[in-house]
Amino acid sequence: MEEVVNLFHGFAVVIQPFNILLMVVGILLGVIIGVLPGLGGANGVAILLPLTFSMTPTSAIIMLSCIYWGALFGGAITSVLFNIPGEPWSVATTFDGHPMAQKGRAGEALTAAFTSSFVGALFAVIVITLVAPLVARFALQFGPPEKFSVYFLAFCSFIGMGKEPPFKTIAAMMIGFALAAVGLDNVTGQLRLTFGFPELLSGFDFLIAVIGLFGIGEILLTMEEGLSFKGKAAGINPKVVLQTWAELPRYWMTSLRSCVIGCWMGISPAGATPASFMSYGIAKRLSKNGHRFGAGEIEGVVAPETAAHAAGTSALLPMLSLGVPGSPTAAVLLGGLLIWGLQPGPLLFVEQKDFVWGLIASMYLGNVVGLILVLTTVPLFAAILRVPFSIIAPIILVLCAIGAFTVHNSTFDVVLMLVFGVLGYLLKKCSYPLAPMVLAIVLGDKAEEAFRQSLLASQGSLDVFWSNGLVGTIMALGVVALFWPLVQNGWTWLRAGSARQAST
Amino acid sequence: MTDIRSYSDRRGPAQRRVEIGVALLMILFGLVVIFGSIQVGIGWGAEGPKSGFFPFYLGILIIVTSITNLVRAAIEADRQALFADWTQLAQVTSVIIPTAIYVLVVPWLGIYVSSIILIAFFMKWFGRYGWGLTLGIAIAVPAITYVLFEMWFLIPLPKGPIEDLLGL
Repeated sequence: MEEVVNLFHGFAVVIQPFNILLMVVGILLGVIIGVLPGLGGANGVAILLPLTFSMTPTSAIIMLSCIYWGALFGGAITSVLFNIPGEPWSVATTFDGHPMAQKGRAGEALTAAFTSSFVGALFAVIVITLVAPLVARFALQFGPPEKFSVYFLAFCSFIGMGKEPPFKTIAAMMIGFALAAVGLDNVTGQLRLTFGFPELLSGFDFLIAVIGLFGIGEILLTMEEGLSFKGKAAGINPKVVLQTWAELPRYWMTSLRSCVIGCWMGISPAGATPASFMSYGIAKRLSKNGHRFGAGEIEGVVAPETAAHAAGTSALLPMLSLGVPGSPTAAVLLGGLLIWGLQPGPLLFVEQKDFVWGLIASMYLGNVVGLILVLTTVPLFAAILRVPFSIIAPIILVLCAIGAFTVHNSTFDVVLMLVFGVLGYLLKKCSYPLAPMVLAIVLGDKAEEAFRQSLLASQGSLDVFWSNGLVGTIMALGVVALFWPLVQNGWTWLRAGSARQAST
Repeated sequence: MTDIRSYSDRRGPAQRRVEIGVALLMILFGLVVIFGSIQVGIGWGAEGPKSGFFPFYLGILIIVTSITNLVRAAIEADRQALFADWTQLAQVTSVIIPTAIYVLVVPWLGIYVSSIILIAFFMKWFGRYGWGLTLGIAIAVPAITYVLFEMWFLIPLPKGPIEDLLGL
């Protein structure tokens, strides 16, 4: 019951006019970010982070998380109308959403997409409300070995569950960890890997990496494809909305299944993109209309959108309760917490009740506000997309540069941003995943600290990670996640594969 | 030669070569990390593992996985798959070069003047817009940024000699 009281207290914080205003501004900015190619959830939030420095942490997180919800909503608009996924997680939405728009059912497709997003997010927020406090209370007992095992589990899930080749995932991840190690060593206070360059003293800030890898990298990819936008007109009127709403309950089973898939994939840091694909694939296999998927089936819009939003939202659960973000955007929000002087992790639920419950309450309200806003403003955002890329691209470049500069007021960071951008383009083209690299830069210091403290306590013996039931279980789960494709593909593959894996 | 022609007249660097190049760069990076780690000590010191302990093993992992990726790219990859064709790469470089000049010029000219030039350049070069619209947008965007960042949120952005002249 304590949670309910806290939640209502959270609502009281959120309902203040200033916070509601921030919510609306955040969602509108978020939708713009989601609609524009080259500005994604992660780097959009990273660029706007400096604007929140002067706010209270609660107001700041409300605005930033609403930008995130807005970006999640916005991805659907471009997928349906233009067949261009504004975000990777809305790729699966194009499969049925765009054919619907071509048949003149754009309004229906958009209503279905937004409503499903809303349902998925709501489901995930309820899960967060119920589960996050329990996880946090449990995690309060964690010592360094347990902390390290949670990081281990998170990173192993990336390797095992990602669709990229595992060795590329590991390489990208380790480079992230190495970049995080540059600069001052937190444990001994010694400088390392700076090779005498004063610019490297403070290390690589992951916000710069996010803006470069995702922002600049994405622009380069878009330039290569030479995009020209050819969109369908969007008309949403109340009648279409109500008709679609009347039809949607028929797909409750698909919806529920997608919610569960989304939450699972979001909490284990596989993320929104695989969740949407998986949910679409399963819906296609199980639905009785499955053979018509791809030709404009409304169920084919419901499934990926529900899962993507559920995953995107539930990615905040491990961030809040354990301090381990489930997605790059959650990582940027976590970076925000650090800048505002809050320590993410289980203690947050004890020491910063207002903040945590304000955030959770804002998730409920933010999604309601978001649904209403996007349903009413779609034509406006569709118009933004008609602005040619030769105008949008330099503006995004300038915004990225400003965002990179304001992190530390350093022009060197702006140069670094471009380097990360070119790197992001190359890595993306060679199918190296960027998300684990970014998470490794964020969590590198903490993971290393936990690892070294554990070893210090055990006098250098690795047995400490199997020393009790709790840490042993989490480590074992990590190993299972690491070898998940092998476990899945059966015994023959397992034997052949483990021989290869063992060589590393 | 017939099978090469099936990729029509698209020409450009092979995906395989780029993958090998990226893997080699990563190996080089791994070596730098290992070298740096050894400099600060990778063993066991008074306060437990020394500063280079953790990065040293990261470096080893980077090299081992990159060698695997290198070998895989060398033996398995489709030899004809293109990374991108030359026209596409020209498009990409035509963004990278102006942006590189932009980020290098920002410390001297300030972000506002550099941004006006960058936006105007893009709109003229790629969009071929008239001077009116070009200058309108090129000046409006930094102006809005100025109001938003410097006046509302009190976040100073880099300024150059022209802002000094205007007394901003």
